[in-house]
Amino acid sequence: MTTTPLSARQIGRRRRNEALRRTWAEFRSHRSGLVGLVVLGGFILVALLAPVLADSDGLSVTRATGGVLEGPSAEFPLGTDDNGRSVLTLLIWGARISLFVGLLATAISMVIGTLVGLTSGFFEGWPGRILFRLTEWFLVIPFLPLALVLASVLGRSLLNIALVIGVASWPGTALLIRSQTLSIKERPYLDRARVLGAGRWHLMSRHVLPNVMPMVFANTTLTVAIAILTETTLSFLGLGDPTRVSWGSMLDDAFTVGAMTTGAWWFIVPPGVCVVLVVLSFTLVGQALEEVVNPRLRRR
Amino acid sequence: MGALLEVRDLTVSYRTNEGPVPALRGVDLTVEAGEVLGVAGESGCGKSTLASTVLRLQPKDATVGGEVLVNGSDVLTLGWGDLRALRWAEASIVFQGALHSLNPVRRIRDQIAEPILVHDPGTSDDEVERRVGELLEQVGLPRARSRAYPHQLSGGQRQRVMIAMALACRPKLVVADEPTTALDVMVQAQILDLLGGLVRDLDLGMVLISHDLSVLSEVCDRVVVMYAGRVVELGAAAEVFDDPLHPYAQALTGAFPRIGDPRARYAPAGLAGDPPDLRTLPDGCSFAPRCPKAVDACRTAEPPLVTPPGAAPGRRAACIRAGEPA
Amino acid sequence: MSATLVAAGGSTPTLRRPSYAKYVGGRVLGALGSLAFVLVVNFFLFRVLPGDPARTLGRGRFRTEEQLEAFRATYGLDQPLPQQFLTFLKNTLTGDLGVSLRYRVPVSELILDRLWPTLLLVGTSTLLATIIGIYLGMVSAWNRGKTVDRVWTGSTLTLYSMPEWWLGLLLIATLAVGFGPVPGMFPTGGLHSVDADPGTFGYVLDTAWHLALPVTTLTLAYLADYALIMRSSLLDEIGEDYLVTARAKGLRDLQVRRRHAVPNALLPTTTLVAINLGFVVSGAITIETIFSIPGLGLLATEALSIPDYWVLQGVFLVASAAVILANLLANLLYGLLDPRVRT
Repeated sequence: MTTTPLSARQIGRRRRNEALRRTWAEFRSHRSGLVGLVVLGGFILVALLAPVLADSDGLSVTRATGGVLEGPSAEFPLGTDDNGRSVLTLLIWGARISLFVGLLATAISMVIGTLVGLTSGFFEGWPGRILFRLTEWFLVIPFLPLALVLASVLGRSLLNIALVIGVASWPGTALLIRSQTLSIKERPYLDRARVLGAGRWHLMSRHVLPNVMPMVFANTTLTVAIAILTETTLSFLGLGDPTRVSWGSMLDDAFTVGAMTTGAWWFIVPPGVCVVLVVLSFTLVGQALEEVVNPRLRRR
Repeated sequence: MGALLEVRDLTVSYRTNEGPVPALRGVDLTVEAGEVLGVAGESGCGKSTLASTVLRLQPKDATVGGEVLVNGSDVLTLGWGDLRALRWAEASIVFQGALHSLNPVRRIRDQIAEPILVHDPGTSDDEVERRVGELLEQVGLPRARSRAYPHQLSGGQRQRVMIAMALACRPKLVVADEPTTALDVMVQAQILDLLGGLVRDLDLGMVLISHDLSVLSEVCDRVVVMYAGRVVELGAAAEVFDDPLHPYAQALTGAFPRIGDPRARYAPAGLAGDPPDLRTLPDGCSFAPRCPKAVDACRTAEPPLVTPPGAAPGRRAACIRAGEPA
Repeated sequence: MSATLVAAGGSTPTLRRPSYAKYVGGRVLGALGSLAFVLVVNFFLFRVLPGDPARTLGRGRFRTEEQLEAFRATYGLDQPLPQQFLTFLKNTLTGDLGVSLRYRVPVSELILDRLWPTLLLVGTSTLLATIIGIYLGMVSAWNRGKTVDRVWTGSTLTLYSMPEWWLGLLLIATLAVGFGPVPGMFPTGGLHSVDADPGTFGYVLDTAWHLALPVTTLTLAYLADYALIMRSSLLDEIGEDYLVTARAKGLRDLQVRRRHAVPNALLPTTTLVAINLGFVVSGAITIETIFSIPGLGLLATEALSIPDYWVLQGVFLVASAAVILANLLANLLYGLLDPRVRT
């Protein structure tokens, strides 16, 4: 057996791999989380393969081949919409937009939330206190009205809607990260690092952040669920990008043409079911991750 | 009339995913009125399981065998109605960890009054008020504290509330499960004093459970020492403490030079090895793996609890080498 | 026994009286701070963010510069910002929220007018959701891991993942319109029938008939939250030692639950219900839209399409104030119910 001394970097990589492997093993024991992951994988695959699965021509109103609100048939497995487009095609392309906006909004929310949370937890004294107050104040601003107002003020585009959701949803994350940071700061090894001469930046990036990250990750998954729900609602209220099809805008169309009164269930049920499946999957995965990260929750 | 508490061949095991794990393996003991019986042993030796079985409070996943007679009625086979009537009125428990054993959001007055009203629903408000005040004074707390919530009291005061609560229905038997754990030495001594005084004044029978043999030796008349769910030694408190027969009891007495040392609970000095793993008990004497005096014979059969040659009558030990000259 | 009287009770530092008044004071101050913040956000959101507010606010409505100037003067937008803020503060505090661009009536009047349908809808739903949700949460917790628990927790999670208005659309399609063999039994929207006569018992019944589907929808949407929180806080309590004490005292299992476990588990749930009350307007927005109920929510979505900024601003203000008020209420309630919070 040869023993080559490992560099610090190699040791670090090994430890990380080991930790990842353990996390995965733990995660696999949560059956509902695993089911969620599989369903999500399916949706992401569909979103990525949209151009292969359904011709983007099918999205064009002018080139639509079907009749108005036709029921399911061999040609249109899920029927057609009020413009004669295949609902299945819309659904496949809608997955792209819904997932994209959901993920982008979550990323924005996470960045703001993590930054504010870390800073307000790490720097005691007035900067931290002010940020904390600000977070608390933002928390009482009702989410949907704020999103409505912002969306109407900013105008309707994909980026704006993600921005709106991100800006309206960060305070929860910030509070969570702050409390985590505060508890990590109390741990003795941080004092040791400080005594050894570690600067604030080093402490924050090397000690606090890596410990907060798992929590952030679990929280992110839950936030995506909320972001996708919000995207659907905002699009339903007509605040989405008018040039793109998302599940929410499909339902907006369906509502506008009165699909529920004409019995065109194929225009209402599939987009909603997709939303429920994706949101539920993100929630299940998030809950499983939370339990892996925070074993105290496990007995529930 | 027989003894206040008579436990006969009590066995308890918990169902787990890895099969049943024993907690008590054939325990016998008796408590008479006016007597304090001490139960000593490490964490996990079955003391607390013993305490909860006295009122059939063991967790749902426990399988129980044997008999637990409180005032002559077998708690383990009693109907639910009779069992509820017996609980707290015949025998009560002073639980360990008073902070968690009291409801955090109700005034202590209501918590002391609750068992009185459960067992005697006709009691008038004035009567309840008077009784609660009496009980508080009996345990050395001013009546005015009855309006306090648990978190407003100190650890010692909370323990006094637990004792007052245990006396609420004038039981004849009180089981005190580690009543002094987590209290500082001064307060420990006060609580033990209080318990001793109550036994004398009210002619109670008491089971006092502790990991600390020196605590027990001060208050108890008789002591049993438990190891891995069995009684390994039994006798008058002073005798067991001054001249332990079982090597485990010897280690315990050596291990607790003074009361109130929290370290001692987890690492009895002079005793090598880990506390026993109840899932995989060895053949023969379960203490043998840690025993400095173990011989081959110890590993073949579990020694019975008998009076060793040369020992005082009433003393027993479960060790084949007990009574040999040291 | 007299010997044991030494040093017990008496002089401990924990004798401090619980001061609820002080607690209330702190919370009220906090709420006022939040309110001030909301006012500032409100001001900036509508005046600073979009660049030239006059142009955005009157998007496409003004053809000439004079019209634009007149608009600016009417709304004080030609003043310097600090001056504008003071005017805004004064107006808002005196209840002057501007005039609706669409209805040409004061926004405050509009809001008062539309408040009642919303309160009726959301109030009823909250009440039902609280009762049903808490009950379901309790049943789940007592039967943790059993089939009942799995079914309920699964259903509540699914409800939680559902846009509530989509559920509403499904209910309209099935129960209001009728689907296959199921005949339509409820109106598809509105609050009253046209021929209903106000003040009669029939009018009340008619309103209830109209509200049946929207209330069902909102109830289902809310109860998921309450059931989940009740379940988890009850599971927290079930592991507690004081429940063993209660059993030891001779209480029946039912009494142990009713007197100890449930009241204590209700504490976090009560807070959640109170906080959710604040989201009255938010919750009503989509449901009022799909069921065309003339409440604050519908007012907001109608204002979106114009866009009727002063109405939006007014609704936003009311919505935020409701949340702040509900938060305050939740805190005060919690302080009243849980003595540990006060001291």
